Amino acid sequence: MDLLEHEGKKLFSQAGLPVLPSFVARTPEEARRAAGQLGPHVCVKAQAKTGGRGKAGGIRVCGSAAEVETAAADLLAMTIRGHAVESLLVERAVDIAREFYLAITVSREVRSPLLIFSREGGVDIEELSRRAPEQLLRRPIDPLLGLLEYQVRDVVDAAAFGPDDPGGTGAGRTLAAVARSLWKLFREHDATLVEVNPLVLTRSGEIVCLDSKVTLDENALFRHPDVVPDPPQDAREAKARAAGLAFVPLDGDIGVIGNGAGLVMSTIDQIAAAGGQAADFCDIGGGARSEVAQAALDAMFAGPPVAAVLVNIFGGITRCEDVAKGLVDAIKAAGVDAPVVVRLDGNAADEGHAVIEAASLPNVTLAHDPDAAVQLVVGIAREREATVAATAEPAVAEASGGEA
Amino acid sequence: MSILIDNASRVLVQGITGREGAFHTGRMLAAGTNVVAGVTPGHRGEAVHGVPVFDSVHEAVAHIRADVALIFVPAPRARDALFEAADAGAKLIVCITEGIPVRDMAEVMAHLPRRGARLIGPNCPGLITPARCSAGIMPSEIFMPGAAGVVSRSGTLTYEVVHELTQAGIGQSTAVGMGGDAVHGIGFIECLELFQADRETEGVALIGEIGGDDEERAAVYIRDHMTKPVVAYVAGHSAPPGRRMGHAGAIVEGNSGTAATKQAALEGAGIPVAGSPSELARLLGEAIRRRRST
Repeated sequence: MDLLEHEGKKLFSQAGLPVLPSFVARTPEEARRAAGQLGPHVCVKAQAKTGGRGKAGGIRVCGSAAEVETAAADLLAMTIRGHAVESLLVERAVDIAREFYLAITVSREVRSPLLIFSREGGVDIEELSRRAPEQLLRRPIDPLLGLLEYQVRDVVDAAAFGPDDPGGTGAGRTLAAVARSLWKLFREHDATLVEVNPLVLTRSGEIVCLDSKVTLDENALFRHPDVVPDPPQDAREAKARAAGLAFVPLDGDIGVIGNGAGLVMSTIDQIAAAGGQAADFCDIGGGARSEVAQAALDAMFAGPPVAAVLVNIFGGITRCEDVAKGLVDAIKAAGVDAPVVVRLDGNAADEGHAVIEAASLPNVTLAHDPDAAVQLVVGIAREREATVAATAEPAVAEASGGEA
Repeated sequence: MSILIDNASRVLVQGITGREGAFHTGRMLAAGTNVVAGVTPGHRGEAVHGVPVFDSVHEAVAHIRADVALIFVPAPRARDALFEAADAGAKLIVCITEGIPVRDMAEVMAHLPRRGARLIGPNCPGLITPARCSAGIMPSEIFMPGAAGVVSRSGTLTYEVVHELTQAGIGQSTAVGMGGDAVHGIGFIECLELFQADRETEGVALIGEIGGDDEERAAVYIRDHMTKPVVAYVAGHSAPPGRRMGHAGAIVEGNSGTAATKQAALEGAGIPVAGSPSELARLLGEAIRRRRST
C-alpha cells in the first residue's frame, strides 16, 4: 500500500529523518493558516499517490498568504493521473544547494533489499538509470546483516561533498545518519519502497528529505495492527475485498470470474484479443462454495452494468460439479438477468455441465472450450451494445425534435 | 528421469495437521508419493492418513529420513518453518503458503544457500513428476508421464496447459509451479537448466506473467544455453499498471514488467510465444514432434 507524502514524512520524522516543518491542509483557508505559522515562503504540494506530480504542476512555491490561498484552491481542483487531489502539504520553503536521490527498494533479481543513491536528484530515476546508469550507486543489503558501514561510506563518498558545498563535513555525517535511519525505517515498517527524491543539501548546510515515497507490504499488516489500509474507492472492489476475493476493476463491459490469478489474467487478455473489453478481474480461488460465487457476482453487479458475464473455471482439485451448483444458486439468488457464458473443464466437468443444463436458466450458455467461450461472450456483448445503440437512437431523435 | 523429484523422493509435510496439510497429504499419498513424516508443534505421536506426526523437523528427521520439506504453515509462521526445514537438512523445500511478507522471504533467501537448500515457492502449487511424486497441491489426475517439461508462475494456467497436453497424448516429465510472489525461490532459469540436462525432457513450456524480469532473463538464458525447444506464454497483456493482479508479484511497475516487453524479449530470443494456453500446448506438441523427426 502506497502512503501519501505527508504520511510517509510522519514516519520519517518518527525515525529521526530530517524533514521540514509542515502542515496538512484540506481547504485553501487551512493552507493560508498553515502558511501564517510557517513564515512567508512556503511550498504547497498536492498529495496524490502517483508519480509525476511536479511535471503535472502539483507543486507551487509561494511568497505570500494570498498566493498560498490561490495555489491551494488550484491544486485542490486538480486530478493527477486519475488521482483526485484531496489534501495538500504546506511546507516551509528552503534554498537548495544540491539535490540527491536516495531509496531502498526490493530487488526481485537479487531477492533482497537494494539501496540506490545518486548525486543527481530531483529527476525521474527510471529515466536516469537509462540515460546514465553509472550515476547510480546500487548496494544490495543482506537482510540478515542489515546495512553495513562500508555501504554507508559508499553513499557519502558518492555524494562527493566538496569545499564549495555549504555545511562542510557535517553534511557527510548527516547523510550517513539519514542512510542508516532510512534502512531502519524500511525494515521496522515492512516497507517495500522508501524513496527520498530529492534529498537536498540546503544553502545553510542542512540535509533535508524534501519528498517521501513509502510503500508498505500488505502481506505484513499482521505485524502492524495500527496500519489500516484505505478502503477501495471502487464499490465493486470494496465488496469483493470484504468477501476475501482478489478483484481489480477494469473499464470494459464483460464481467469476468475465474479461478486462479493466471487463468483470469489470461481470460481478460483473450477477451481483448477477440475485440471485447473486460469489466473486471475477479479470482474466486479454489473455493467451490456457493457463497464465493455469489459474492463475486454481487461485487460485479455493484458497478456499471455489464453486457455479459464470462465464468471461466478449470477444476483442478475443485470439482466443477460443486462450482456449477454454487453458480446456479448464486445466479438465482442475485437475480442475474445478463447473459452468462460458463466454461467448465477439468475435474467433474461433465457432472458440472449436467447441473447447469438441469437448471435451464434462460440467460446461461455453456461453452465447451475456453477459446469458444471467449468468442461467444464477446459476440453476445457486441450484440447487446448494438441493440442498446439501436433502441437509444430514436429517443435521441425525439428529444432533438422536441427542442426544434 | 525427471527434475527435482522422482519416486525415490521422501516427503515431509510441515503443518500436516492443518486442514490443507491433512487434505493434500491424503491426495499426495493417493498419487503414489512417499510421504514419510509430518510436523506440527504439539502434535507428536498423532498420525495423519497413517503418516506419523512429530513436534519438530529435527525430531522427525532423527527418526525418518526425508529429503523434501513441504510447507503448509500459515503466513505469520512460515518464515520460521522455512528456517527450520533448512536447518534440519532439507535440501529441497516447497512452500505452498500464500501471503508471506517480502521481508521474511528476503531473509529466508539469504539463509537457504548457507544450508545448501533450494526453495520452490512460496505462493505456489508445488511440483509434480507424474505417477511418481507430487510435492504440492497439483491435481495429479490430469497429468501423464512423458516428455514435456513445464515451469510456470501460475497454478491454474499450468493445469490448463497440462490438461491439453495430456488430452493430446503428450505426457510431462516434471511440472514446476514457481509461485506468484516477487521474492521467490527457484525460477525459470534454474528449471530450464535442469530440464536441459534431463534425459526424459524433450521440450519445455514456460508460463509467465506480468511483473519483474524473470521472463526477460529466461529469454537470454534460452538463447545462449538451451538446445531443447522452449515455447512460452505470458499472461497479463491487458492488466492496468500499478495494480496487483491476484498474485503479489503480478504488477506492472512504471514501464517495467509488462507482458508486451516480456513477449518481445522471448520472441527476440527466437522463442515462439502462444496467444492462449491452448495454443501453447499445441506449439509444444509440434516442437517435440519436430525434434523427434529430425
